[in-house]
Amino acid sequence: MLASLTSVASALAQADGFERPAVDWHALAPELVVTGVLCLVLVADLFLPEDRKALLPSLAGLGLLGALVPVLTLAVDGADRLMFGGAYAVDDFALVLKALFLVAGYVVVLQSTNYIAEGDYAEGEYYFLLLSSILGMLVMASARDLITIFVALEMLSIPAYLLAGWRKRDRKGNEAGVKYYLMGVFASGVLLYGMSLVYGVAGSTKLVDIGEALATGDSIPMITLAVVFCIAGFGFKVSAVPFHTWAPDTYEGAPTPITAFLSVSSKAAGFVALLELIVIGFAGQTEVVRPLIWVLAVLSMTIGNVVALRQTNLVRMLAYSGISQAGFILAPLAVVGQIGSTTLTSVVTYLLIYAAMNLGAFTVVMAVARRTGSAEITSFGGLFNYAPALAVLMSVFLFSLAGIPPLGGWLAKFVAFRAVVDAGTGWAYGLAVVMAINSVIALAYYANVAKEMWMNPAPDGDHTPVRVPVSLAAALAITAALTFGFGVTNWATELGDAATFVASAVP
Amino acid sequence: MDNNQFLSDWGLTIMVFLPLAGALVMLLIPRTEEHLHRTLALVITLATAGVGAAVLADFDYGASETLQFVVNKPWIDVINARYAIGIDGLSVPLIGLTLLIMPLCIIYSWNHFPEPRNPKAFLILLLVLHTGMLGTFVAQDLILFFVFFEVVLLPMYFLIGVWGGEQRQYASIKFFLFTLFGSALMIVSFLALFFVTGGETFVIPDLIRLVPESDISRTTMLLIFGGMFLGFGIKVPMFPFHTWLPDAHTQAPTVGSVILAAILLKLGTYGFIRVAIPILPEAAVSWAPWIGGLAVIGIIYGALACLAQTDMKRLIAFSSVSHMGFTMLGIATLTDFGLNAAVMGMVAHGLITGMLFFLAGSVKERYHTLDIKRLGGILLKAPRMGWILGFTAMASLGLPGLAGFWGEFPAILSSYQPAPGLSEVTFRVYMVVAAVGTVFAAGYLLWLYQRTAFGTPTDEFVDADIPDVTFPEWIAWVPMLVLILVIGIYPNLVFHVTDGQMTAVADWVAAMGS
Repeated sequence: MLASLTSVASALAQADGFERPAVDWHALAPELVVTGVLCLVLVADLFLPEDRKALLPSLAGLGLLGALVPVLTLAVDGADRLMFGGAYAVDDFALVLKALFLVAGYVVVLQSTNYIAEGDYAEGEYYFLLLSSILGMLVMASARDLITIFVALEMLSIPAYLLAGWRKRDRKGNEAGVKYYLMGVFASGVLLYGMSLVYGVAGSTKLVDIGEALATGDSIPMITLAVVFCIAGFGFKVSAVPFHTWAPDTYEGAPTPITAFLSVSSKAAGFVALLELIVIGFAGQTEVVRPLIWVLAVLSMTIGNVVALRQTNLVRMLAYSGISQAGFILAPLAVVGQIGSTTLTSVVTYLLIYAAMNLGAFTVVMAVARRTGSAEITSFGGLFNYAPALAVLMSVFLFSLAGIPPLGGWLAKFVAFRAVVDAGTGWAYGLAVVMAINSVIALAYYANVAKEMWMNPAPDGDHTPVRVPVSLAAALAITAALTFGFGVTNWATELGDAATFVASAVP
Repeated sequence: MDNNQFLSDWGLTIMVFLPLAGALVMLLIPRTEEHLHRTLALVITLATAGVGAAVLADFDYGASETLQFVVNKPWIDVINARYAIGIDGLSVPLIGLTLLIMPLCIIYSWNHFPEPRNPKAFLILLLVLHTGMLGTFVAQDLILFFVFFEVVLLPMYFLIGVWGGEQRQYASIKFFLFTLFGSALMIVSFLALFFVTGGETFVIPDLIRLVPESDISRTTMLLIFGGMFLGFGIKVPMFPFHTWLPDAHTQAPTVGSVILAAILLKLGTYGFIRVAIPILPEAAVSWAPWIGGLAVIGIIYGALACLAQTDMKRLIAFSSVSHMGFTMLGIATLTDFGLNAAVMGMVAHGLITGMLFFLAGSVKERYHTLDIKRLGGILLKAPRMGWILGFTAMASLGLPGLAGFWGEFPAILSSYQPAPGLSEVTFRVYMVVAAVGTVFAAGYLLWLYQRTAFGTPTDEFVDADIPDVTFPEWIAWVPMLVLILVIGIYPNLVFHVTDGQMTAVADWVAAMGS
């Protein structure tokens, strides 16, 4: 059979009009490493005895770090690589985000290690699906074509639907999975419809061609509709209001490491796709994009914040805070086309910093929940007395999310403010003021958790210390170091500034 | 590299970050080593004061209007933020005040950390606060300034919220939200300034130079100034943004109140003189009548509120609103006379009100109440403390010969002749109102003194054992009392330092503003 396949391939190659695509193996190396490791994890799971399953997370984690090596060599090499007729690009933008997805994925593996091993969960499949989803994200970072974007989106989403429902004996877990799945496929449908309209108008699936075709500036209803549908489709992924309704329930019901994964990696992947679509594909349609994103951003930060104020469960609160943060990340896109490349810089910088601090916050939630078995905000009472280090770290992450200097979050907020004010229009200043007011509202609920930890007594008077397993401690060390480092150094902004699309991929 | 070179390159940086480095070291020492923590914190603050003293000794007082010890290095390039620091005649007195107050606070806390104790956390927060305050006074880049300006929020939030009184949670979050609201709009102003000048810089001296060269519309300037006004005005705090202050002061632990009164409030007034007025002199002239108006309202409102208080600490807190009103009035005149008075007012208020909060803390510790009705006869029970209270109250009401006088009196006088472009009539009305305010000040302070120190102790405390001033209290208080007296007798100690820089600011406003 193999022989016949080869003969078919060679016959095809000799036929007219077919050229074997040049494959740049170096450029694909990160994806290939992850693919290899996820197969390895699946096979190893079959042959490992129960008591050796602990090797699986180590394998998955090492695989992700291993995939970071070719990302670094590609970065050192520095050449922009376009493949498959321009549908797949390995440029600085792709590399920065691949690094983000790999490191964030590694932290999620660290968070999962004890959680999955100690619960009654299937381990091999878990890491397999997690790696598959991360693979989808790596592809997304390079996608410069509607088909590739869609394939990447499904590749990262479908494993995530399964993972969200991983606590299958828990009703909330089931709710999480089903809700996420239904909403997700609905969003995919909307997105596909939008893409088909785009293709109908532009006659190409390649973003750069679409950019040129739509650059006439004419605003015909078909294009407007297509843009709205595409943005709405990813609005679900980044949980922007009004497409956010799945997020709180899914976050609460999913295993906490997956919640962290959804709120950081999956959200970042949504933003990556939005950036690709808006900056390249819809570059000529900024008149349509700007007001749409303006409304999404204002709604997301305001509604996310106001609802977060009322939450009593920390994970739900973080879900709503994530919705509000999504509004802040969207804000520079509301002035896209008026501020040059600052849009990319500020969104990518924000994503990097947001990943560090949000993953950190979830790690502390997991560490504390190991002892208290609860994510209610009141269960964090008195944490400062019996686990001062965790309380301090949680405060660091929360106040970083609130944007208090010198923690990373302030710089993220600052670059967003900077991009928006840069546009200099009345709408932009209006958005900046809304952002300023929302920063204050956000502080109220972040500080509420800090208050619980520092100022209130432990709810049951139980002062036994929290034992933090090594993997969680490592996750905390990584996220805390980055949260501090991003705040006082130029790392995040330099990376954000470096993340540019390859010139030939931008119309 | 000789010594002076090293000092001028690194002196300020070491001074600012030494407390933070110390805090990191203390983080690694277990909480049970209480004595080690205390000693270490004291050594760190003294070492910081030592470095600071070396810098201040090397400062060229003949040229106090020029920035000295300047360091200007790239920091976060992408957003054009630079590590630009330097000090001039405006920073020096406030840095001196900070360096003095912090070790005294640690000495004062030596044997009685407020509940729930935990000296390790308490002292680490104080040290972080120290870095934030010093950093604000040396920063010459708006982003760096903003970062330091905000760094003080977190430690203060925890100091009030964890170690404070009954209503501590409400007070701490109120403090945090109010100040964050101001600074969020302030950062939008900074950014707007950055873009409208088009100079790609946040460095304050560069911006001062750039703004007149770029044609910014008047409305834009007024709006930008408005954002800064909110940021700094809430911090001062000016009427009507003052409502966080009485709560924060009343609920904060003694040392927290002292630092809040002595230094944190000065960040606001400092911001006006350092950032808002020199960068936007035209807008400052337009805003000045409003600032002056709010300042005198604050003076009278604060004083009247004092008369109505039943709690000693709350009374002192409202007296802060009133006193900061004088400082803001001095600033609003935009004259060298008024600005000098304002800086003097900051230093004097820092020493005097800081001292009053120390006293309130000690009274509370002895009587377990600050209810003025229940106190009385302190002079009989603890005569030394009673006399110190009297001395400080006199200083606070502006008795000539003590420091408070030199903050209030020139501020009132300066509004007789405000800067060109400002309405003389308006400011003379302000002058009269502010003068009435000093009468109220005498009223509420003397009344406070009469009710607490004179007379006989109330029945419940007749037989109570009220110890007089203790040894740590003496060490903490004597330097402040001496300074109140010395500055009162020889105010040039401060005026001489500030005059050059304040004249430069006033001349700049006069040249650009009208």
